[in-house]
Amino acid sequence: MANIGWDEFEIGAMLRTFNGAIEDITGTLQEDRNYSPNSSFTASVADWRIEKPVFNKDYCIDCQFCWVYCPDISIVSRDKKMIGVDMDHCKGCGICVEVCPTNPKSLLMFPEKADEETEIANWPAKEDKEK
Amino acid sequence: MSEMKKIKNLKEFSTSADRFEGANLLCPGCAHSIIVREVLNATNDDLILSASTGCLEVCTAVYPYTSWDASWIHIGFENGSTAVAGAEAMYNALKRKGRLKQPDRNPKFVSFAGDGASYDIGFQWISGCMERGHNIMHIVLDNEVYANTGGQRSSSTPIGSSATTAPAGRVSYGEKKNKKDMVAIMASHNIPYSAQVAPNKWKDMVKKIQHGMAVEGPVFINAVSPCTTEWKFDPKDTMMLTDLATDSLVFPLYEIIDGCELNITYRPKNVLPVEEYLAAQGRFKHLFKDEYKHLIGEWQKRIDANWEYLNRREEARV
Repeated sequence: MANIGWDEFEIGAMLRTFNGAIEDITGTLQEDRNYSPNSSFTASVADWRIEKPVFNKDYCIDCQFCWVYCPDISIVSRDKKMIGVDMDHCKGCGICVEVCPTNPKSLLMFPEKADEETEIANWPAKEDKEK
Repeated sequence: MSEMKKIKNLKEFSTSADRFEGANLLCPGCAHSIIVREVLNATNDDLILSASTGCLEVCTAVYPYTSWDASWIHIGFENGSTAVAGAEAMYNALKRKGRLKQPDRNPKFVSFAGDGASYDIGFQWISGCMERGHNIMHIVLDNEVYANTGGQRSSSTPIGSSATTAPAGRVSYGEKKNKKDMVAIMASHNIPYSAQVAPNKWKDMVKKIQHGMAVEGPVFINAVSPCTTEWKFDPKDTMMLTDLATDSLVFPLYEIIDGCELNITYRPKNVLPVEEYLAAQGRFKHLFKDEYKHLIGEWQKRIDANWEYLNRREEARV
């Protein structure tokens, strides 16, 4: 995008999300959509994160709580299965970890620089429930 | 006439293709986008959307980006509801004249607004839309404060909350006036449907949105939207805060059909004391000092009275 000043903007602006038309938007998943550069899907907020969520597939029960409560559409679920976190759009709020019902949690927050594979290898064990 | 989307459980719901995109500039942990996603995913119909000035508008339409995959318009602070009402009137006129290219598509007209744009600034406009009977849905994202401009009080701000124009300190406990009962005000326009929803009860929310979209006529929805910045809690606790709000009955979930038939749609198994809800938020921190402690008791009394009122209205069907 060219660097333009405030007085060079159009007064009323119309932005198109897609290049061309999509006939059935609710039947087209995000990977099949032809986003134009004006869609915020093409942008990234990854640099907002201090901590990142790491997903451990072994404990996931596909309850989809993280999908429905994610504010940033960053939990990728396909065919009723949770398949991962979209790291371009995740702001690292940690809601997915809070709502995860499994024991131990299948999503945990780690510092942004942490290595995903080492953290999954050292995943915390099952916690005893307090009585 | 298109069919209503069938959503039996969360797994089925998760197959929805989102029409709201990430990398918007809402704060991490903001409940606004959780509500917007649940609303947009509740239907497969085309959507004509508007947003009044507020967090949702400034964060999802930052030039040169848009986060919306549906027709969306923003005009001013007050007239989000009238913008979609105008679109709806034009749509009906073109349909009547037979000039629509795809007359069998059944678009839904939805306007989003914050509590400032609905309770205060856009009040007259919304009231007008409700009175004229447009086939639109107005959804309030109620975070009880003007969060976009730095936390000024709105008429939705509850008693005792500290806001930048009603700060708590040595001489004051913050906001002194009680919250406006907007759902009841809108229901007294005798509109076919008005309801209060919360994002943590997604099934209840989807049911109400689908009901609202199916009826002819104006629909008013008030959605609780905890604000991490102005309510002062950790971003990860958004859903916990919403749970506290619904379970302590501060935000009871109910619907009013045709302006008279009130149904309570969620009755918490364990009703939590209001104190827990207040203690979880930084904006009520000062209420736990000795000089303002009496306000917590008054809060509890007011919430109990409101719950009693709702129950009796449900029983009496008036």
